[in-house]
Amino acid sequence: MALRSLATRKTLTLALKSTRLAQSRALQTFSLPDLPYDYGALEPSISGEIMQLHHQKHHQTYITNYNKALEQLHDAIQKGDSSTVVKLQSAIKFNGGGHINHSIFWKNLAPISEGGGEPPHGSLGWAIDTNFGSLESLIQKMNAEGAALQGSGWVWLGLDKELKKLVVETTTNQDPLVTNGPNLVPLLGIDVWEHAYYLQYKNVRPDYLKNVWKVINWKYASEVYEKESA
Amino acid sequence: MSRETLAYHWGKHHRTYVENLNKQVVGTDLEGLSLEDIIIVTYNKGDILPAFNNAAQAWNHDFFWESMKPGGGGKPSGDLLDLIERDFGSFERFIEEFKAAAATQFGSGWAWLAYKANRLDVENAVNPWPSEKDKELVIVKSPNAVNPLVWDYFPLLTIDVWEHAYYLDFQNRRPDYISVFMEKLVSWETVNTRLEKAKARAAEREMEEERRRKEEEEGKPTNEEEDDDDLEMYVDNDNDDSEAE
Repeated sequence: MALRSLATRKTLTLALKSTRLAQSRALQTFSLPDLPYDYGALEPSISGEIMQLHHQKHHQTYITNYNKALEQLHDAIQKGDSSTVVKLQSAIKFNGGGHINHSIFWKNLAPISEGGGEPPHGSLGWAIDTNFGSLESLIQKMNAEGAALQGSGWVWLGLDKELKKLVVETTTNQDPLVTNGPNLVPLLGIDVWEHAYYLQYKNVRPDYLKNVWKVINWKYASEVYEKESA
Repeated sequence: MSRETLAYHWGKHHRTYVENLNKQVVGTDLEGLSLEDIIIVTYNKGDILPAFNNAAQAWNHDFFWESMKPGGGGKPSGDLLDLIERDFGSFERFIEEFKAAAATQFGSGWAWLAYKANRLDVENAVNPWPSEKDKELVIVKSPNAVNPLVWDYFPLLTIDVWEHAYYLDFQNRRPDYISVFMEKLVSWETVNTRLEKAKARAAEREMEEERRRKEEEEGKPTNEEEDDDDLEMYVDNDNDDSEAE
């Protein structure tokens, strides 16, 4: 009899603990961040039509599917359903990556009236000259790699925190920069998926790449660089 | 599919693949090879060589244009319909699966209906126990420029799901594009012709492989140390093999 009441007390404590845990592990859902500028504010480099579709349809879809995948993952983890957990990894990488990458991208862009296109000063400007020789040479390199990327993906300017240098990288599909190396921090990413430029530039991706620099927000890239290289 | 889309897709994208491929091939070992051979050689078992993307995309787009016709759509008939019903349960199930494959190809790529004859889903593997059952229709999807030729399948039908294929007409709504393709553009006659060719080539290949196997066994040198009894047992085994199906 004493044993039985002991067992009951133990079970009760366990049950209380797991409820508390479950509450603290409540699933966070993600939502579409607002653009800090109007859809048409980046013209003529990027058309308002593209910005609206890109933000309201493409990015929103990644977020919707990311939330869905996370919920399914949460369920699968609780049920101990390992094969579903593993099966969901590609959906999470793809949609979660899409959300991460596009959230950075909107901050990487700014209307000319708000500093878009203005070259970086301060420590980032100096680091670019040291690592690439000049801003023009960095732009040339990123444009070449962006144009050569087969299919869909991104071209990045990143900071390698361990080696303490700037790097130019490309990732396929929606892979975030960190999939190329755990020490890589994205400073600036350019979306080279066809949806990022097709309505305006059609098949001429190099023209898009040439023009996008007029609205690149170096202020944001500098802020990230200063914070991460401190 | 709008005129504007075709003007860009065929007139710019496809044309660029062909022009760039010609430039890459001139003066190299690839010159003079057929397009399909170039694809297999430059695929290099996955470790792709520079000319692969242009070669495969040139082929893929040819195949894509021929998969469509004005006033297409509807249902296939005859052998093709029979095989579809055998391998997918029903024509409706096939459509569902094909549309799902096309919609879930992440990033750029293609969805395919292909005829698989005694090939396994592992590159260059041949089924060691060939049978009639292992000749079947399959739906596969591939990224970027990859196509089922590299897996030694016979492609029958494809849909291009690179964004440039549908963005002017459908923007981000890829599922709508896929539906319209199935309902209004697919040329089932072409798919049928391709299936007949595929079956014929599969049969030819089987005969080739059978002949080569027989030649190998008959040409086998006898081991001097073995006595006559062993030789007889070996011959018996040979007979068993030729009766297996």
